[in-house]
Amino acid sequence: MSAILVAENLTRTLPGEVPVTLVRDVSLSIDRGEFVVIKGPSGSGKSSLLYLLGLLDQPTSGTLTLEGEPTTDYDEDRLAAMRLAKLGFVFQFHFLLAEFSAFDNVRLPMRRLGRLPADRQRQRALQLLQDLGLAGHEHKRPSQLSGGQRQRVAIARALANDPPIILTDEPTGALDSKSSINVKDILKELVRSHDRTVIAVTHDDHFAAGADRQVEIIDGRLA
Amino acid sequence: MQLHLDIAWSHLRTRRRQTIASLLGVVLGVAFFLAVSSLMRGSELDFIARLVDSTPHITVSDEFRDPNVQPAVQRNPDAAVSVLHVKPLTERRGIRQYKRRLEQIDAMPGLRAAPVLIGQVIFSFAGRDEAVTLSGIEPARMKDVTTIEDDIVEGSLEAIDADPNGIIIGRALAQKLSLATGDTVSVVSPVGNVRVMRIVGLFHTGRAAFDESQTYAQLTRVQALLNRPNVANTIIARLEDPYDARTTAARVERLTGYKAVSWQEASEDILSTLMVRNVIMFTVVGAILLVASFGIYNVISSVIMEKTRDIAILKSMGFRAGDIELIFLIEGLAVGAAGSVLGFLAGSGLMWVTGQVRLAVPGESDPINLPVYWGGGQFALAMLFAMLSALAATYLPARRGARLAPVAILRGAA
Repeated sequence: MSAILVAENLTRTLPGEVPVTLVRDVSLSIDRGEFVVIKGPSGSGKSSLLYLLGLLDQPTSGTLTLEGEPTTDYDEDRLAAMRLAKLGFVFQFHFLLAEFSAFDNVRLPMRRLGRLPADRQRQRALQLLQDLGLAGHEHKRPSQLSGGQRQRVAIARALANDPPIILTDEPTGALDSKSSINVKDILKELVRSHDRTVIAVTHDDHFAAGADRQVEIIDGRLA
Repeated sequence: MQLHLDIAWSHLRTRRRQTIASLLGVVLGVAFFLAVSSLMRGSELDFIARLVDSTPHITVSDEFRDPNVQPAVQRNPDAAVSVLHVKPLTERRGIRQYKRRLEQIDAMPGLRAAPVLIGQVIFSFAGRDEAVTLSGIEPARMKDVTTIEDDIVEGSLEAIDADPNGIIIGRALAQKLSLATGDTVSVVSPVGNVRVMRIVGLFHTGRAAFDESQTYAQLTRVQALLNRPNVANTIIARLEDPYDARTTAARVERLTGYKAVSWQEASEDILSTLMVRNVIMFTVVGAILLVASFGIYNVISSVIMEKTRDIAILKSMGFRAGDIELIFLIEGLAVGAAGSVLGFLAGSGLMWVTGQVRLAVPGESDPINLPVYWGGGQFALAMLFAMLSALAATYLPARRGARLAPVAILRGAA
């Protein structure tokens, strides 16, 4: 398998009177179609590493290559364009736009990217919601959905632009056990049948057990 | 762009109460802007119209704009010549060959002119002496170039043609001296001539100083009284388009050689006062819109405070900082635009109501409606002010929102 994401000596230090290093000298190579879990105790730097891998944050030093493209010197707009086309995020809290329906939330990234015509966008959004078991809930607002349903809408939205990489931060952290299993199965399915790369940050050992690889981070360093 | 509009609209729609409050601020701002500016502009135009009506558009006097140049200086223009203590020649005052000058001015298109001989005389009546200005006029021409005929309240302008000793005086002067139409009064000129003249008409312009000091008589009679036969010292002219006065006056001056003053030049102090008044007015009404813009600032700022998580998720999704800024700018401009349109309606209502107010104005026999200007320019200006205020009020919070780092928000939310 080829590497889709390569991090070399990634370090992230927050400036200040007392600089705080969140991620220290992390080197990591993730293959296409791999399901990688990043584990570690609270405050170990899991989420910070995920944000760096997801181009939401820029490393203080080190390099990050996404699909062979070095991203370290990219400006904000270019990073945003890469996130839009190549990355999908699912966070612990669903972070859906409260004023938009499930369908409209899923369409958002597609509308921003503008790769598909409007009718294809609509078809794809409906299909994604149907695939994730949300048929009949398309026009409900987030407040009218259960926690599990919302998280599935968030997964559908992350998949909207068909990105090769999905990054998730404690995706089951706010869910009951049944919904948790459901979300985990969906993510595994994404890897298995769609050759998508999933990078997940979790505390949940049960969730981590299903991954291809587990990476542990302690005090910002890979264990 | 439609996506940005949809998100902006969703923000405004969900914060309905605050949106309406800020919208009301803009509506009231625009409405008061229109009400005040229409009234100020209306009164300004009304004032100018009265000024244009009541004063000659162009006055040619027996003076020269530049003093005569001494022959020695004229002959050596580049030399260091200084001629001191020169006593000017004693000239016979008045416009030389005024009839020819009059014909020249008459020949100019869109221009009508009348000769006047203006002098100072003393009215002597019942033991009282009163210094007044006596203008010798040709009634037929005068009617064409001034509105004096409209101000005649007793008798007529032509009466001075019918009665060679006829004189028309202001009603205020008549009251002051206890004179009435048909009465006679002794008129003494500075050269010592005395004529007994009959009052054949009274006028009332509403301008007290003018009504108490101005009198009119037949031109030839005044020429005889002042010992200045065949002389006029002023030519007054009226234009079809009064706003051409400045350029036409320059042409008249070149043509006649005498100083020709347009009504704008003669009223420069008043016009500059009007300009200062406009600056004050626009500052005040602009301040109203500025206050209204704080409402927009408040709404956009609180939307941004509330929507930081949305900003983070939009950015993580791939929205650029420019997209976020655009969304909030649209919100501010939407409030500005909607407020302008509703403000036009409310403002038009206020303008209509203001226009219905009737006031008794000194110098007017009937009450008049407050002058309201309905020109489209002020609507455009009000909208421009509103949109600029909205843009200014939105820009900073929108920029702040666009600069929010998604990671900081996501960390805080986790």
